[in-house]
Amino acid sequence: MKNSSRRGFMGKAFGAVAGVGAVGALYAMKKTWDPLPSVKAAGFTTLDMSAYNENELVVEKWRGKPIFVLKKTAEMVAKQTKEQTARDIKIGDNHFMVSIGLCTHLGCIPAYNPDEEGFLCACHGGQFDFSGDVKKSPPPRGLDIPPFKIVGQKLVLGEVGPEYTAMKENGITL
Amino acid sequence: MAHFTKATSVKDWFNQRLAIEKVEKVMGSEYWIPKNINFLWAMGMILAITFALLLVSGIFLLMYYQPNVNLAFDSVNYTIMKEVDFGWLWRHIHGVAASVVFLIIYIHMFTGIYYGSYKKGREMIWISGMLLFVTFSAEAFSGYMLPWGQMSYWAGMVITNLFSGGSLHADGLVEWIRGDYVPAQAFLNRFFMLHVLLIPLAILGLIGLHFASLRIPHVNNQDGEEIDFEAESKKYLAGDKAGSKVIRFANDFMSKDMMVVGVYLVFFFYLVFFNYDFAMDPVNFDPADGLKTPAHIYPEWYFLWSYEILRPFSVNIGLIAFAFAQVIFFALPFLDKSPNTIPASRRGLFKYWFWAMLIDMIVLTAMGKVPPSGVFSTIGFWAALTFIALWIALPFITKREKAV
Repeated sequence: MKNSSRRGFMGKAFGAVAGVGAVGALYAMKKTWDPLPSVKAAGFTTLDMSAYNENELVVEKWRGKPIFVLKKTAEMVAKQTKEQTARDIKIGDNHFMVSIGLCTHLGCIPAYNPDEEGFLCACHGGQFDFSGDVKKSPPPRGLDIPPFKIVGQKLVLGEVGPEYTAMKENGITL
Repeated sequence: MAHFTKATSVKDWFNQRLAIEKVEKVMGSEYWIPKNINFLWAMGMILAITFALLLVSGIFLLMYYQPNVNLAFDSVNYTIMKEVDFGWLWRHIHGVAASVVFLIIYIHMFTGIYYGSYKKGREMIWISGMLLFVTFSAEAFSGYMLPWGQMSYWAGMVITNLFSGGSLHADGLVEWIRGDYVPAQAFLNRFFMLHVLLIPLAILGLIGLHFASLRIPHVNNQDGEEIDFEAESKKYLAGDKAGSKVIRFANDFMSKDMMVVGVYLVFFFYLVFFNYDFAMDPVNFDPADGLKTPAHIYPEWYFLWSYEILRPFSVNIGLIAFAFAQVIFFALPFLDKSPNTIPASRRGLFKYWFWAMLIDMIVLTAMGKVPPSGVFSTIGFWAALTFIALWIALPFITKREKAV
């Protein structure tokens, strides 16, 4: 009886030590899989917004992801709804659609058709309009807008400016 | 300490130290297999042989493969395919075996379902087998990343995106799995590790469990007969080989098993030498490009049925249906409420359930391959619903089955 309780204590003591060790090891393993600081630090892209042509999609790159930049024509700006205008980034008098060029369904890159003024994702048939809003499911929401900050004629992706914060608060992007 | 005597032979020397005669009996000559089985019972051995082929060819590929985003593509398509003598052989064996192994797994699974080999004490055989199916799937997916072609990259993108959980938006989890915002160096390195070390280790352990789970309930037979292995093996050892319902695993059953393996290997190497293209997606011969999605992304044929269950629904329902399809086969021994362990042909409604399930999975596979539009989209949608409905119906139709 005395022996068995002593063994029981030793077993519990070992269990406690091993438990602490296991939690520590799992924590270290989790952190080892995190994106490296160098990966995170390389996450800024600056775009010169004066260089784009109207209704011509340009694909830039930010954090390894494609970024769609579309300068809207005056006609587009005139005909678009309030919801579509809310997604615009205004630099001077120009309206831009800037979004992460990955379908919000499963991350394929939609293609832009300038004649139809819309995007089609070939993977699962999702469609977006020229503002990046969903026209046809399965995508659950419009194209995501990357964090941005307007600096004169330039746009810095990865930094958070007041215009982006406002969009986020109004639920225009995630 | 055990008592050792001077060895009379090399065999005796080992026997005293490792009990090799006893081991040989337990594992082979006195491990009993029923006589009333057919060639479908050879699939396990075929799978073991195919796994060995994957292991050996993989070892040779590993000596030249470079897990680096700038070098991986060329190390496979130039170094291994063009420079290394017989490099093409190892790659084609590896690619063809990775595809064919799933064909055999599916035959092995449906044989088990047809003959009720997951019931009455054989539940752990089924569950360990399903765990092997899951680990083989992970092994196939991680291996598919390594050539770092367009399909590797985009399959990696789409499959890791599944972990964001639809509307849950667990983007942090996805970035954690990738080690980056998109599949890149960290991603390739960790999937390389998974493919060549961690998952193969898990597979080896699970193969051990799968074999161990067979030992007590023994192999099922094609009549669903409950055999008294104790009594039948005594009969056999007493000399009544014709009257006994069992034979030795080695060498008697093995000789038949290896005959089927021989036929399979002829077919397998025919594919390796003359028809390896089906296992080599042409899109994957373009290097990975994060700024260009291929026009049509589809998985390898063996994942198409579950992909098609994901595809026709909106994103959240699709993910739930997909998760359902991934785990539901595990529950088969518990959803089948019938007391009978007999072939499906003698089980009333279950006979129709079996063939409906098999045909539905073939339809899902076909629809997963074609672009998701028009009539194919509709057929895929209904086939996915049928899959779910069949599983929901299973407990009800098997409960009504009369004991035979």
